[in-house]
Amino acid sequence: MWRGAGLLALVMLTGLVCVALGSVPIPLDKTASILWDGVLGRDLTGNTQAVIILTVRLPRVISVFLVGAALSLCGAAMQGLLRNPLADGATLGVSSGASLGAMLAILMGIQLPMLPLAGTAVLSVIFAFLSLLLVLFLAFALDRSLATNTIILIGVILTMFMGSLMSLLISFSGPRLRSLTFWTLGSLSGAGYAEALFLLLALAVCGLVLLAHARELDAFAMGEENARAIGVSVRRVKLTVMAAVSVLIGVCVSIGGSIGFVGLVIPHISRLIMGPAHKRLLITSLLLGGVFLMLCDLAARTLLSPVELPLGVVTSLIGAVFFMFILANTRRRAA
Amino acid sequence: MLRVEGVSVSYRDFEAVHDISFEVSGGQWLMLAGPNGAGKSTLLKAIAKVLRYQGKVYLDGMDTARLKTKEMARRMGVLHQHHTPGYPYTVEQLVGLGRYAHQSFLSHADPDGRRMVDEALALCGLSGLRRQNVLTLSGGELQRAFLAQVFAQGTRLLLLDEPASHLDLAYQRLIFDTVRDWLQTPGRAVMSVVHDLQLARRYGTHALFMKQGRSVAFGARDSVFTRKNLQAVWDMKVGDWFIWLNEPWLMDKKG
Repeated sequence: MWRGAGLLALVMLTGLVCVALGSVPIPLDKTASILWDGVLGRDLTGNTQAVIILTVRLPRVISVFLVGAALSLCGAAMQGLLRNPLADGATLGVSSGASLGAMLAILMGIQLPMLPLAGTAVLSVIFAFLSLLLVLFLAFALDRSLATNTIILIGVILTMFMGSLMSLLISFSGPRLRSLTFWTLGSLSGAGYAEALFLLLALAVCGLVLLAHARELDAFAMGEENARAIGVSVRRVKLTVMAAVSVLIGVCVSIGGSIGFVGLVIPHISRLIMGPAHKRLLITSLLLGGVFLMLCDLAARTLLSPVELPLGVVTSLIGAVFFMFILANTRRRAA
Repeated sequence: MLRVEGVSVSYRDFEAVHDISFEVSGGQWLMLAGPNGAGKSTLLKAIAKVLRYQGKVYLDGMDTARLKTKEMARRMGVLHQHHTPGYPYTVEQLVGLGRYAHQSFLSHADPDGRRMVDEALALCGLSGLRRQNVLTLSGGELQRAFLAQVFAQGTRLLLLDEPASHLDLAYQRLIFDTVRDWLQTPGRAVMSVVHDLQLARRYGTHALFMKQGRSVAFGARDSVFTRKNLQAVWDMKVGDWFIWLNEPWLMDKKG
């Protein structure tokens, strides 16, 4: 209860700080007052700080929070489903697949009428799902026990393969090079309210699906055979969770590009705070994932200001170190 | 309680289990024995619907092919040989998962859940370890924890796949004694794959000997555990070897 309230307070405070800080710092009390006026619909015309906060920073911070929350939730769900502490959209090659889908959508000019974001998102989601299926299929073909190391190795191989395909596409993309490069680095600098709403919808639907399967994920964490023995419909749950994860990762990548390791780092920290039971773990991962990415985004836009670092680069720098830490820990435990 | 009719299991061109039929009723402990590769575990997995099979399996008179996974889990508990929990759940959380089939998708309401988990923990001697991290348990303690999970499921039939073959003597005895205690309640039955013939004979009420996927002998324990059947299944003089192994060295109380 108190931990939950503390987490919510942390989300609000981090959000406020991230909205206040930037190339033009605005005092926290002033930021809070503008946000409150914005919520109440008061007229803020002519107020430059209000324009910066409400039209530039707020939609970006909300989008960053939602992407962080979604990616972290996906990581926690995949780690439970595969009983694998190294599972994450980035390590399984799902994010790379989604990026490749988004790139192809841009290059082929795929768009849906009335829904400007949906064309890229649909192809991202499809490629994310296919990548996940491909990793699991190859892992099963090589090693029927779906061992942790096999899945991760195939994920790494698939990520490298997708990376090569993306490089190939970039080298032939000509004037579209800049927007394509974006998918490989990850950034939410251009996110507005439309993107935030799209993310919110995806997170609301898929997040609820994942939360509704918390007990099933607990069962999978004890082994698939055991899950079946206690009455879990293994195939249905696997497909449902994988579909929800693919949709979330696909939507996140279609808006923010490839932002790696959030889903690896945060579920581990959440597990340390709340324990392994997924009911609490998923919610904690969701909130902490949002906080983590908001802070990473703040670092990306302020550390070398006025130059902005790609968000994916910041998360990968932190994530790579953490990845090594978890790998070493897993090896030590196995020994 | 459990009726198996003409069950066969194939892996591509290889038939691992061929046309097996038998029945298990309340109060019985059926021991499934045979050499390596006889198809014992394969048969058990087919009955548990882990593997596809031809033939019919009836549980409480119902065709299990038509039973949903949760309905199966409310009627039949399965204990596998090896367990690899991935995360530091407590013993109590692990045992509590056994109640999954009694809870609906959205509601966690389970009036008997608390009592069943407590009873299962007590029966397996784990009440003192309920808050312990499962990753820190020894092999024997972990097997007992999963056995408690199966008990918490509240089924009348247990399927055990070599439940103690990797455990030391003390844990072997603990596991088998615990299952025997559980079986004392009328209307319950157990079917288990067991390698150790002495354990199988001592604890079982019935036995099914298998060889190369086929049933060699089935019936009440003493009618199956004969010198002739043992020799036919293991291609050696099992009886003579057991007598040699069990020469009365322990009868000499001086040591």
